[in-house]
Amino acid sequence: MLIKVNGKEEEINEEITILQYLENKGVNPENIVIQYNGEIIDGEDVDEIILVANDNLEVLKFVGGG
Amino acid sequence: MTAKLIIDGQEVGSRLFLGTGKFPDKSLIPQVIENSKAQVVTVALRRMNFEAQEENIINYIPDDCILMPNTSGARNAEEAVKIAKIARAAGCGDWVKIEVISDNKYLLPDNYETIKATEILVKEGFTVLPYMSPDLMVAKELEKVGAAAVMPLGAPIGTNRGLRTKELVRILIEEIEVPIIVDAGIGKPSDAAEAMELGAEAVLVNTAVATANDPVIIGEAFGQAVEAGHKAYLAGLGRTKKYASASSPLTGFLNEGAND
Amino acid sequence: MSFYDKYLKWEDFDFAGYWKQLNDDDIEEILNQERLNTLDYLALLSPKAEKYLELMAQKAQKLTLKHFGKVVFLYTPLYLANYCVNQCLYCGFNVKENIERKKLNLSEIAKEAEAIANMGFRHILILTGESRKKTPVKYIKEAVELLTDYFDSIAIEIYPLEIDEYEELIAAGVDSLTIYQEVYNQEQYDRLHIAGPKRNYHFRLDAPERGCKAGMRAVNIGALLGLEDWRKEAFFTGIHAEYLQNNYLDVEVSLSVPRMRPHLGSFQPESKVEDENLVQILLASRLFLPRAGLNISTRERASLRDNLISLGITKMSANAKTSVGGYAESNTELDDDTCQFEISDNRTVNEVTTMLHKQGYQPVFKNWHIF
Repeated sequence: MLIKVNGKEEEINEEITILQYLENKGVNPENIVIQYNGEIIDGEDVDEIILVANDNLEVLKFVGGG
Repeated sequence: MTAKLIIDGQEVGSRLFLGTGKFPDKSLIPQVIENSKAQVVTVALRRMNFEAQEENIINYIPDDCILMPNTSGARNAEEAVKIAKIARAAGCGDWVKIEVISDNKYLLPDNYETIKATEILVKEGFTVLPYMSPDLMVAKELEKVGAAAVMPLGAPIGTNRGLRTKELVRILIEEIEVPIIVDAGIGKPSDAAEAMELGAEAVLVNTAVATANDPVIIGEAFGQAVEAGHKAYLAGLGRTKKYASASSPLTGFLNEGAND
Repeated sequence: MSFYDKYLKWEDFDFAGYWKQLNDDDIEEILNQERLNTLDYLALLSPKAEKYLELMAQKAQKLTLKHFGKVVFLYTPLYLANYCVNQCLYCGFNVKENIERKKLNLSEIAKEAEAIANMGFRHILILTGESRKKTPVKYIKEAVELLTDYFDSIAIEIYPLEIDEYEELIAAGVDSLTIYQEVYNQEQYDRLHIAGPKRNYHFRLDAPERGCKAGMRAVNIGALLGLEDWRKEAFFTGIHAEYLQNNYLDVEVSLSVPRMRPHLGSFQPESKVEDENLVQILLASRLFLPRAGLNISTRERASLRDNLISLGITKMSANAKTSVGGYAESNTELDDDTCQFEISDNRTVNEVTTMLHKQGYQPVFKNWHIF
């Protein structure tokens, strides 16, 4: 199925949670920020929300800045 | 100005605020923070690049620092508000530096959108420090809507050209009650000292430290310059006797008795 | 937040204690600063600062030249009526005073206006006593509409109004407001204002701010010096002006320093304000508020006024009559019977103009013109 991640469409397997998606990408979920369909979600939800088609995911992180 | 810097009721231990952008090697950051004694440290929020994952910047910043995410990347108030909320949700605390830039050529802040974003975020309980072009009416407005400090630019961002806006910043220092923090343009420790001598409550430095040959040493130099400039301000510069008092040409009439 | 909150903050301040601990170094330090804070201002009003008047004067002169140049703005007052319902112990218009009460009708106002305009004035200050019945806002508005034919700028010095009333008068042609608190010390205010709507301290205190909110271009405030310790009264006047300047950047704020003059009635000043005290107030105010206008009226004698110009004065009245109908009226005897206070400087406009030119100052009769 197709979801949108950071503005780009991406084909992913059915029935995975956000956490599983991140782990597949090799992302440490600590200290990153997830916006799921426009809503900021807390750490625990990452493990509970199962992605469905057309979901919009923003994976954000802190970088250096002035 | 008191000897202590208080922002939104919170005491801040150092008058040097440090930005973390443009460092050639992020692992230098902890040492720069330690040597410069900076306490307020800015970070930015970006989309993750899955191909080039690097260590989270937060991991380089000691726990006793005050994290101040900026809203860089925002082109209007709405985007700035969104970024600020995301940063807070991510556990960055309530501090936010509003940076709204709708001009890609000079990277000058959009004062109008900055006021709007400040007003919204103050209502949401943020400690808002807006970055702005030094303009008195805008600064007054920012203060009115609840900005915790006002951060005028010393020169366009990243130019290292020093305190080019000195006369305008001086007016803000005189007229605005919340702390004035000079942000952007500070290229050398002497620029930082100049801003502090003028009466700025703090300066925010990034490029000048991050792009120096030795960021750790220059960071230390900035820390010292900021302290020196602030001390000079508190002491009152040069007791120059500008007004000679030998004769009384202007008030002599008072001693001439009833002169009519 | 209004200025009243600020007043309350300072009301119980230990003024005497603060003044007592000041030393010469403190005063010199302050004179070397570029900008004064509230306590610095208070220090310059202290007895300790008295021996620094010349230093203060030099600095005040410099600041005034920097912000205003060598110009003095001239205006004259036009009393429309002297009906008053208040009982203010110190005022010649006091309702209990048995004076001839008058109110100019429109054709009389036109005559006065013509006489004043013929002297060269383009700005006018109109005054009434406080009587909403005899001189309602409607009457003042009609007078203003008439006066716009003669003058480019009209200031009012009348009883305090609500914001919408100020707006109404501004729409008719008023651009400036003068209103004196008379006494900032609230207890003394209560003692001196025995009866009438003026007893409402708070409503009067906030009137300048209501004027700013309504869109006045210029606001002039002051305390009637002599009614209470002048150092404190000058201090409150200064911080009131600062409050207005800070909150209403678009308004030109100025201060008057009216001293009690002999007038009808028996009340005499409680705190004597000598010439050097008046000078100290003017200088401290200039140093604290470099861009505020400083106003000196014909209450003061000619020789003193002449000497004050180079110290920081930016506005002065000239050829003033403080009686109703005093300009067109040929009988000058009438002045003495019904005037609000005695005039000390009786010079004509030409004489004042000549004096200013001699000192190298330019008299200004028309400062702006609203299109």
